[in-house]
Parts: sequence; structure tokens; C-alpha cells
Amino acid sequence: MAKQIQVSGLDAYYGSNKAIEDISMTIEPRSVTAFIGPSGCGKSTFLRTLNRMHEVIPGARVEGKVMLDADDLYAPGVDPVSVRRTIGMVFQRPNPFPTMSIYENVAAGLRLNGRISKARADEIVERSLKGANLWNEVKDRLNKPGAGLSGGQQQRLCIARAIAVQPQVLLMDEPCSALDPISTLAIEDLIAELKDEFTIVIVTHNMQQAARVSDRTAFFNLAAQGQPGKLVEMDETTNMFTNPSEKATEDYITGRFG
Amino acid sequence: MSIQTISTGRRAKDTIVRGLVYLAFAIAVVPLVSVVYLVIKNGAERFDLEFLLHSMRNIGARDAGGGAYHAILGTLEQVALASLMSVPIGILTAIYLVEYGGNGRLANAIRFFVDVMTGIPSVVAGLFILAFWVLYLGQSFSGFAGALALAVLMMPTVVRSAEEMLKLVPSDLREASYALGVPRWRTIVKVVLPTAFTGIITGVMLAVARVTGETAPLLLTVFFTDSINADPFSGPQMGLPLYVFDQAGRPNDTAIDRAWAGALTLILIVMLLNLAARLIARWRSPATGR
Repeated sequence: MAKQIQVSGLDAYYGSNKAIEDISMTIEPRSVTAFIGPSGCGKSTFLRTLNRMHEVIPGARVEGKVMLDADDLYAPGVDPVSVRRTIGMVFQRPNPFPTMSIYENVAAGLRLNGRISKARADEIVERSLKGANLWNEVKDRLNKPGAGLSGGQQQRLCIARAIAVQPQVLLMDEPCSALDPISTLAIEDLIAELKDEFTIVIVTHNMQQAARVSDRTAFFNLAAQGQPGKLVEMDETTNMFTNPSEKATEDYITGRFG
Repeated sequence: MSIQTISTGRRAKDTIVRGLVYLAFAIAVVPLVSVVYLVIKNGAERFDLEFLLHSMRNIGARDAGGGAYHAILGTLEQVALASLMSVPIGILTAIYLVEYGGNGRLANAIRFFVDVMTGIPSVVAGLFILAFWVLYLGQSFSGFAGALALAVLMMPTVVRSAEEMLKLVPSDLREASYALGVPRWRTIVKVVLPTAFTGIITGVMLAVARVTGETAPLLLTVFFTDSINADPFSGPQMGLPLYVFDQAGRPNDTAIDRAWAGALTLILIVMLLNLAARLIARWRSPATGR
């Protein structure tokens, strides 16, 4: 069920300010693709263009093409809501719905999109929480508020919520940057399991993390502050970290700048 | 540089400022306490079942007895009708301002006029309904006309407070919902409004409390009556503030006692409404704790 994403000549704007320029890449199904690069280089912006979350910000727009297998996500008439149902997203800060219990949080995507039977919801909630490695920790308190969990648990709850709607692709925007090392490890293990089923794209500032979890890595950079971010290169992660073809990549990875 | 003890000068300043703060607090509390004390002390005189269950019909100018049933009924109906009109419009306006209008021209124009409306003296709202509803459209004085005037007064308070509360809902939550493929309107109904619910209720209660005590707009719109009129849509009604105003203006002690009891009832009604709102808010508040 996982799908391939093919991006060609994509520009994204905030108002008249061009944030990323001319990005083309292929994201393979059932693999983890990591985006690395200095702050402000447009990795998160690019990630958000992949499920049309970019345009949620007033004044933001996108030019170019994003193909999900054979579907053009930016073709006229495409419903962004259905795009987001197909391509889920996990955010930097865990953001469970504060008015909902753990159970309701996981079921939110299903319930908010229409009626489903209690039995079916139970089944999906259990499967999603197991999928997010959270089931054993919360199975006795599903009706307790989701905001009462620890940060790492909340983030796994958000992952469970995202996979409950059974997307084809899962986008993760620095999912571990607000978490401690142990929770980070739990999420990384989870990513390794999830890639059997989903296409995963992860933005990270942590190069070790990119090296640990991803199959392919894309390095973004910007020429100068105020310039749009660009894709410098993209390759197998092992190649990127041992033998990058661009000087800038090597400098960034070895810590010479950024 | 060495570590020093607190100098005498700083100690003195601290004492003086602390004293001023306590003094300001005491001054602020004096009117509140004295109002509550006086209203309870004087109101208790006539605050009985007869007062709560009888109207002023056939009560002569010097008679003791009589009550405010007609006024309590009128106030409750007028405030309920005013809330029914202004709360949905107010909340929908706030949703427009926060979720759709942004900083657009229309949204800013609405904000400006809502602010202007907040400053309208209540008697002007009454005059407006008198001129428009009673004189121009030729409708009769009624509880509903009063409710219209109260709604005009409530609406800006509801809009502004609901707007503030909706703004407090983190945009993270909206994005989380969009990312699940939930359409915008459903996100508003199922995520944004429940999260802001407690605050919106508080704002609505403030608005209700504000208009429950309004006298001037009622004078011009519901007119006045001594009898029970349960139908807010036809004929003059009574309201508690109006009742207090009327009774307090009479020369004999029996009437003055009724005015105090009316004031006490008014305070109690507002207090009970507040209490109910608090309970609803607690019941629906964002769940926290482990």
C-alpha cells in the first residue's frame, strides 16, 4: 500500500518570499528518507508541500509538481483534505487533542471523517497503538486524557493517531527534537518497523539519527540568509555519510559549518 | 564584589510598596463587601416565598406584601431570549474573525465596529430598539423588544471574549487535525470549539451578568407592568432591575424593602447562573492530570 513520491521543479513561497527553489527528487516506497540541512534551508517547508499542509499558512503557495504514484497532488480540482488522508504527518512537538482521551485521540482521524462502528474503532485503536509501541503502556487507561502522558508517549500517541487513518506515506517533522534519548530510541525503533508498511520521510537536525534510521538522505542548503533553500544532493544514506559527492555535504556532515 | 545584605533603604521601600498594595486591595474590596452586606441585610427583610411567588397586582401604594414573581419571570425570559440571539451570532462572528477573516479588511472592519458597539451606552441600545422595533416597525412593547436591546449589548462582549479564547487554541492542534485529513469546518467544530469551550462559556456568562442588571434599555422596550405576563412576545413585561428601580422610587418603607429584596434576587440569579456555568465548564474542561 505504500506509494512512491516524485517531485519535479517544486518552488514554495511565503507571500512573495521564495522559501525553496526547484526541488526534484524521488522518494521510494517502503523506505525511510531523511532530510538534513541547516536551519532555515526549507526542509520542513518542503516536507509540508508533500501533503499540502504548506498552503494552510496564509499567503503560502506552491509551484511545481508532486506525483504520488500516478496522481498529481497539485492538479486542479484535487481536494487537499483527501491528500492529507493519504499522506499523514507527525509534528515536531507532540500535539494530542487536549479535550480527548487516549482512545479518542487515536480514533480522532476516523471519527472526525465519518461514523464507524465501536467494534471497528476498538480494533483500529488497538492495532494503531500496538503499531506505535504504546499499547502495553496505555491499555489500562485508554479513557484517561492523552495530555497526561509523558512527552515521548504523547509523540507515539500522535504517531498512532497518524497511522490509524492508514495513510500511504508518513511525514515526520523532527519528531524526536522535543524528546529525551530513551523516547527518541523508542521512536527510532518504531520508524524501523513502520517502514515495512509505509513510505516514511523524516526531517531531522540530528545527523546520527539520519544515519541510523534512513535508507536515503537528502541534504538541503541555502546559498545565503534570505535566499531560497535548494536540494544539494540525495543519495543512499551510507554513501552520503561516507562518500558525499558535494563538498558542501561533506562540510555539513563533518561539522565544518551549520 | 562581595555578597551584601539587603540595605535598609531597600527594606524600607519594600515595606512601603507592600503597604500600598495591601491598601489598594482593601480600598477595592470595601465597596464590594459593603454592597453585598447591605443588600443581604436589607434584602433579607422581604426575601420570602411570598416575594418570590407573587406579583404586584392589586397591591396598593402603601400596602405591605406583594412580590417580584412577574419581574423574575420577565428577567429570566428576556435574558434567555437575548442569549439565544446574541450567543450564536457572537460565536459565529468570532469563528469568522479567527478562523477565516485573519487580518483581512472585512475582519478588521468587524473588529472595529464590535469595539465601537462595546462602548454603546445601554440607554442608546434601548433607544435604538424603541425607535426601530416599536416606533418604526410598529411592534408593541414586549419582553422580546427588551431582549433585542439586551442582545445588542451582549453581542460585542461575546464576540470579543470568544475571539480571544479561539485565538488561544494552539495552531498545532488545527494542523494536527488537518494532517489527519479532517476538513476545516469539522476541525473547528470538533477540535477548536471544544478546546476553547471553557473560556467561551466564561465570556458568555460575563455578558449575561452584564445585561441582567440593565435597567435603561428595559424602561424603553418592555415598558412596565405590575401583573404577570409570561408571554415575552406580546404586551408589556417586567424585569427585576426595572422592579428595583420602580420600588426604590416610592416613598414608603414597604416598597423600599421590596426594592432591596429585588436587588438581592438579582444578585442571586447572576450568582446561580455563574455557578452553573462554572460547573458546565469544569465538566467539559480539557482533561489534564495523569
